[in-house]
Amino acid sequence: MKPARFDYHRASTTLEAVALIDDLGEEAKFIAGGQSLVPMMNFRLARPSALIDIMHIGDLDSIQRDGDALVVGALTRHRTLETSTDPTLMGGFALLPTAARWIGHTPIRTRGTIGGSLMHADASAEWCMMARLFNAQLRLEGPRGRRTVAADDWFQGMFSTAADFNELLVEIRFTTPRQCGALAEFSRRHGDFATAAVAVAFDVVDDRLCNVGIVIGGVEGVPVRAGEAETLLEGASVGAVDVDGAARSAAAGVAPMESEPREAAYRRHLVDTLTRRAIHDALATGVQ
Amino acid sequence: MSESREITLTVNGERHLIVVEPRRTLADVLRIDLGLTGTHVGCEHGICGACTVLMDDEPVRACLIFGVQADGSSVRTVEGLAVKGELTDLQQAFSRHHALQCGFCTPGFLMLAEGYLATTPAPDPVAVREMASANLCRCTGYQGIVDAIVEVAEHRFRQRPI
Repeated sequence: MKPARFDYHRASTTLEAVALIDDLGEEAKFIAGGQSLVPMMNFRLARPSALIDIMHIGDLDSIQRDGDALVVGALTRHRTLETSTDPTLMGGFALLPTAARWIGHTPIRTRGTIGGSLMHADASAEWCMMARLFNAQLRLEGPRGRRTVAADDWFQGMFSTAADFNELLVEIRFTTPRQCGALAEFSRRHGDFATAAVAVAFDVVDDRLCNVGIVIGGVEGVPVRAGEAETLLEGASVGAVDVDGAARSAAAGVAPMESEPREAAYRRHLVDTLTRRAIHDALATGVQ
Repeated sequence: MSESREITLTVNGERHLIVVEPRRTLADVLRIDLGLTGTHVGCEHGICGACTVLMDDEPVRACLIFGVQADGSSVRTVEGLAVKGELTDLQQAFSRHHALQCGFCTPGFLMLAEGYLATTPAPDPVAVREMASANLCRCTGYQGIVDAIVEVAEHRFRQRPI
C-alpha cells in the first residue's frame, strides 16, 4: 500500500530537529533509516503528519571508546556495527557485531540505525536486548536540554519508551564490557523478528563466571532480564555451570505474550532451549 | 511542506531533477516519474526484496525509502546493468543457471548480488545463500540463483586486476 500524506522536513543539526518537532507537535515523527517506520506507514498503521529527516545530522554516526564504555552515535547503521570487528575498538563488546547480523537482511542493515531501533522499541529487536545486556545509558536531547536514561528504565511497554515526543535519542553508551557473550534466536523464517531470543554475557575471573547478564527478547512486551538465572550462574566454576538450572529458571521466570492458543507455553519452551544454547555458545567464546 | 518538493537523483549515471510528493517511495519515483519499470514492487513493506536497488553503491529496499530522503544520492537500477543490449556476466549466468523462471524477482536479485559482490569479492556458497535469503523467489528454489552468483564471484575474482 501507499502511505498517507505527510510534510517532510530535513534537519541538519540536533537543535534544529528538536526545535522542529517541538513546533510541529506530537503528530510529527523523526525518521532515521525508516526501516520500521516506513513499512508501518505503507500499511497505514502509522500516519504521521510530518517527518523530520535526521539522517543528515552529521555528528551522530560514530563508534568510539571512552574508557570501558563503548559510545555509539544514534545514527550509526546496523551494517556499520556489523562490520566493526576491530578488537581494539570492540573489546568486551564483540557480541554487538554478531548481534547485528541477526537484524533483517543486508539491504535493511544498510539503512536502519541503532537509534531508530531503540526508539521503535520492538521487544525482540537485537539492539533493545543488547542495550539491557550491556547496561546502556541512552542520551536524549530535548527542548529543555539533555538527559540520560538507563536501559533498565527505557522500555515502558510494547513499542513504548521513556523518550518524550520532542526528545531525540543521540547517543547510546554501552557501559559494561564482558569477555564472553552469545545470542540465540528462533524465528520461523530466516531474517524475521524472533519468536524468542536469549542473550547471555559474562566475564570469567579465576575460572569462575561473574557479571552475568541474561536478557530475553520477543517473549514479553519489553526485553527482560532473567535475574534468577543470572544469580544462579554468578560465581559458577567454568567446568560446572548449571546450564539446566539456569535454563529452567529463565523459562519459569517469563510471562510470555499469547496471541494464539498454546503460544505462551511454546515461547516458554523456546526460552529454555535458547538459554541453554546461548550459555554454551558464550562459554565457547571464552575458550578461544 | 506537504506540497511536492524538487529533488535531484542521479540514476544509472544520468542526473534527474524531479518534483515529487513526500510520500512517494523511491521505487515509485523510479517507476512512475522516471519510467524505469525494471525495479519491481512486490510487498511494499520490505520483505520480498523485488525493489532492491543500489543507493550510493549499497543495496537498499526502494519501497522503504521516500524519494525525498534520497535527494542528492546516486541510484543504480537493473536498467543500468546491460550496455547496449549486451548482458552483464551476472545476467548471463542467471540465464545459464536457470536462476529465473517468471522473472519478477530477478531485478532485485541482480542488484542485491551486484552490491554484495562489490564488497565481498570471494564469498563462499554458504555466505551467498545467506545473502540471497534477503530476497524472495517463489519459482526457482534459489539453487540456480546461488550457483549463478557463486560462479560470477569466482570468475570475477580470477579476472581481478593484480
